Amino acid sequence: MQPLKRWYEERFGTELFSFLWHKQVPRHKHTIWYYLGGMTLFLFVVQVVTGILLLLYYRPSPTEAFESVQFIMTKVKFGWLIRGIHSWSANLLIFTAMVHMFSTFFLKAYRKPRELTWVSGCVLFFLFLGFGFSGYLLPWNELAFFATKVGTQMMAAVPVIGKWLLVFFRGGEEVTGATLTRFFGFHIAIFPALTTLVLGAHLFLVQYFGMSTPVSVEQAHKDKPVPTYSFIPNFLLRDIMGWYIALGVLAALAAIFPWELGVKADPFGATPAGIKPEWYFLFMFQTLKKIPGHVLFIEGEQFGVLAFGLGAALWMLVPFLDRKQEGPLKRLPAVAGGVIVAFIIVMTIWAWRS
Amino acid sequence: MTATSDRRPVLSYFSTWILCVLGGLLLTSGTAKAQQSPAPPVDNCRTCHAQLDDRLGEPAKQFADDIHGTRGMTCASCHGGDPSEEDMEKSMSKAKGFRGVPKRNEIPQLCAKCHSDGAFMRAYNPSLRTDQLSQYRTSVHGKRLAAGDTRVAVCSDCHGIHKIRPASSPISTVYPQQIPNTCGRCHADAAHMKPYKIPTDQLLNYQASVHFEKLQGGDLAAPTCVTCHGNHGATPPGISSVERVCGTCHVFQEQLFDQSPHKTVWAAKKIPSCLTCHGNHAIKHTSDAMIGTGKDSFCMTCHTAGDNGGKTAGQISAALAGLDKSLADADAVLDSAEQKGMEVGEARVTLSTAHEKLIKARVDLHTMNSARVEETTKAGEKLAQQVNKEGVQALAEYAFRRKGLALSLVAIAFVVIFLWMLIRSLERPSAGSEAGRTGAS
Repeated sequence: MQPLKRWYEERFGTELFSFLWHKQVPRHKHTIWYYLGGMTLFLFVVQVVTGILLLLYYRPSPTEAFESVQFIMTKVKFGWLIRGIHSWSANLLIFTAMVHMFSTFFLKAYRKPRELTWVSGCVLFFLFLGFGFSGYLLPWNELAFFATKVGTQMMAAVPVIGKWLLVFFRGGEEVTGATLTRFFGFHIAIFPALTTLVLGAHLFLVQYFGMSTPVSVEQAHKDKPVPTYSFIPNFLLRDIMGWYIALGVLAALAAIFPWELGVKADPFGATPAGIKPEWYFLFMFQTLKKIPGHVLFIEGEQFGVLAFGLGAALWMLVPFLDRKQEGPLKRLPAVAGGVIVAFIIVMTIWAWRS
Repeated sequence: MTATSDRRPVLSYFSTWILCVLGGLLLTSGTAKAQQSPAPPVDNCRTCHAQLDDRLGEPAKQFADDIHGTRGMTCASCHGGDPSEEDMEKSMSKAKGFRGVPKRNEIPQLCAKCHSDGAFMRAYNPSLRTDQLSQYRTSVHGKRLAAGDTRVAVCSDCHGIHKIRPASSPISTVYPQQIPNTCGRCHADAAHMKPYKIPTDQLLNYQASVHFEKLQGGDLAAPTCVTCHGNHGATPPGISSVERVCGTCHVFQEQLFDQSPHKTVWAAKKIPSCLTCHGNHAIKHTSDAMIGTGKDSFCMTCHTAGDNGGKTAGQISAALAGLDKSLADADAVLDSAEQKGMEVGEARVTLSTAHEKLIKARVDLHTMNSARVEETTKAGEKLAQQVNKEGVQALAEYAFRRKGLALSLVAIAFVVIFLWMLIRSLERPSAGSEAGRTGAS
C-alpha cells in the first residue's frame, strides 16, 4: 500500500486524503439521520450495477421486452436475483431519499451556506422519480402499460405545453412501442447522465460544507463546540454497516417476495380495474382523482397539476424562503412540512385502500 | 340638393335588391326545412283511439313505440280505412278500404304485403330478407294454417301486434334471449298443444341445457329454438339432417363423425347421429365419463365392455383420463410454484397448449378411432410432462434460493457484527489512543 500511496502523493499531493482523514462529523442525538444520504447513495450504486447487468439481456421493443425480462427471470443464472434486487432497490431508494429529504428539511440543514446542497438534492429526488416512472414501463406488462397511459395522460393537463409534453413523452398520441424505446432512452442514458452530474455536485457540496448541525443542538451547546467524530473510520464504518444491513434486506425481499412480472401488455385490451401507479406517486394520483371537475376558473386536473408544479418549485426554494431563524414565523416551515407529510401519508393510504 | 336627389335612386335600387335577396333566402331556407322534415302523416285513428281505454285504446298507445309506428306507418297500413278523415263513419267505411281486425289466416299475407316487397323494404332496411312468407309456407305452422288450422303460430304470435320491436332490441320477443319463451308460450302449453300430440317439455329441457346456460350468460350466438328448427320455416330437423344442423356450429365434430363406423350403421338403422349421445333440447356439458365402459358411458347402451366397440371406447377413455390427470398434476405443480412467487409464465403457455391437445382429443373421439385419439393425447402428455418438469425445477429453485438467502444473511450478519465490534474497539477509551479519533473538535 505504501508504494501506491507514495505514487499517488507524488502526483496529486496529500490534500484529498488529508481532508478526508481529518474530516469530522457532528455527533448528537440527530446523527442517525446523516446515514440516510449514504444509504441512498449505496442503493443508487446497487441500481447502477444491477441495471447494467439487466442491460445485457433486456430488449427494448414491444415484441421482445416482456419476453426478455421473462428470460432474465427464468433462464439467466441469478437473473431473478438481479431483477428482484433492481426492482426492490428502486423502491427502497425512493423511500430512503424521501426520508433523507424530509429529515434534512425538519433539521433545517438547508440553512446558509447549504442552499445549493438542498437544491441539488431536490433535483436528484425528482430524477429518481423520473427513473422510477420510466423504468416501470420497461417490462411491458399490463399493469405498467396502463399505469403509464394514465400517468402520461396527466401531462396533457399542463397548461399551454400539455399536449406537446404528452406527445413528446409518448412518442406519439398513444402509448406504443415508441414510448417504450423513448422511456428506455431516458432510463439508461439521459437520467443517468443528468444524475451523475447532479450527484457529483451534491456530494461535492456535502463534503465542502460538511454536515449541518441542527439549530437545537447548536443552541443546547451554546458557545461550547458540538462533539464530533472522525469521518474515517468512525462514520464510514457505521455507513458500511448500514449498507450491509440494506444489502441483507434487499436479498431477503428479492428471495422471499420476488418482483412479479404479470401478464404481457395488450395495447388493444381493456384497461384492467384498479390501475394504480407506484406507491410514491399514489398521493398525487389520488389528489388528481378526487379534485372537483372545476376549481375556480380552470379544470380540476389542470389545477391539480399546476398546484403540484408550484409546490415542487416552492419546495426547492425553501432555503431562500425560510431565512428567519427567530420570531413568530420560525416554526412555520416545520408546521408546513408536517402538513405536507400528513397529506402525503393520508392520500397514499386512501389510494391504497380504494 | 342635387347630390341628395342623385343618391336616392341608387339607395332605393340597392335596398330593393337587398330585400329581394333576403326574402329569397328566407323562402329558400323555409323550403329546405320543409324538405328535410316532412310533416308526419295525419293519423286520426290514433288520435281518437288513444283517448279510449283497454281494448280499443291500448293498441293506439302501444303503436307509438312500435317499429312500424316510428317509421311512419299508420293504423290504416294494416287495418285499412282513411286516417285523414276525422269523421269515424267515413274513415272506417268499407268504401275507404277499412278491413278491421285481420283474420288469423290472413295475417301472413297481410304482413307479406310489405315484407315480401323487396323494392318497398329497401327504403327501410335494405339488408332485411323478404322471403319470410315463402319460408313460412314451408313450415309446419304454414302448412297447417293453409290446411285450415288457425291455432298455429302466425307472424303476430311471435313478433307481437302493436308493440313490435326490431329483432336487435333486447325487449323484442324475437331477441335471441327472448326466443325460448316466445316459442314456449305455445309449445310449453300442454292445453294448447294437446291436439298435436307432441311433447311440451322442450322449454324446460332447453333451460337445463348448456346452450341455454351460454345464452343466459350473454352469448347471443348460443343456439336457441330457431337455430336448429329455423324461424319462419320452423320444422323439426328430422333424423337425416340432425348432424348437418349441429354441424353448422360444431363443424369438426360433424366431419369426424362422418369418418366413424357409426355413420353408416346408424344411418341404416335410422338412429339419429348427434342426439343419440348428446340429447336434443337438454344438451348437457360433455364429460369424459360419456365414453368408455363405465356406468355413465353411452357406449354401453349398445356395446359391451368385451366387444370391439367396447374395447375401443375403453382405450379412448383411458387415453383421455391419462392426459387429464397429467394436466391436473402439472397445473398443481405450477400453482404451488406460483404461490411461492416463482415466474412460470412460459410453462403456463405450454400447459395451455397441452390442454388444447386434450380438447382436440375430445373432438377426435367422434371418429371412434382410438389410434387417432391416442396420437393426440400422447402429444399432450409429452407437453404436460415438460410442464411438470419445469414446475418441479421452479420449486427446487425456490428451495435453493431460500438456502442461499439463509447463508447470505448469516454472512452479512457476521460482517455487521464484526463492524460493530470494530467500531466499539475503536471508540473504547484507552490510554495512549486518540479516543478512537473521536472527540470534540
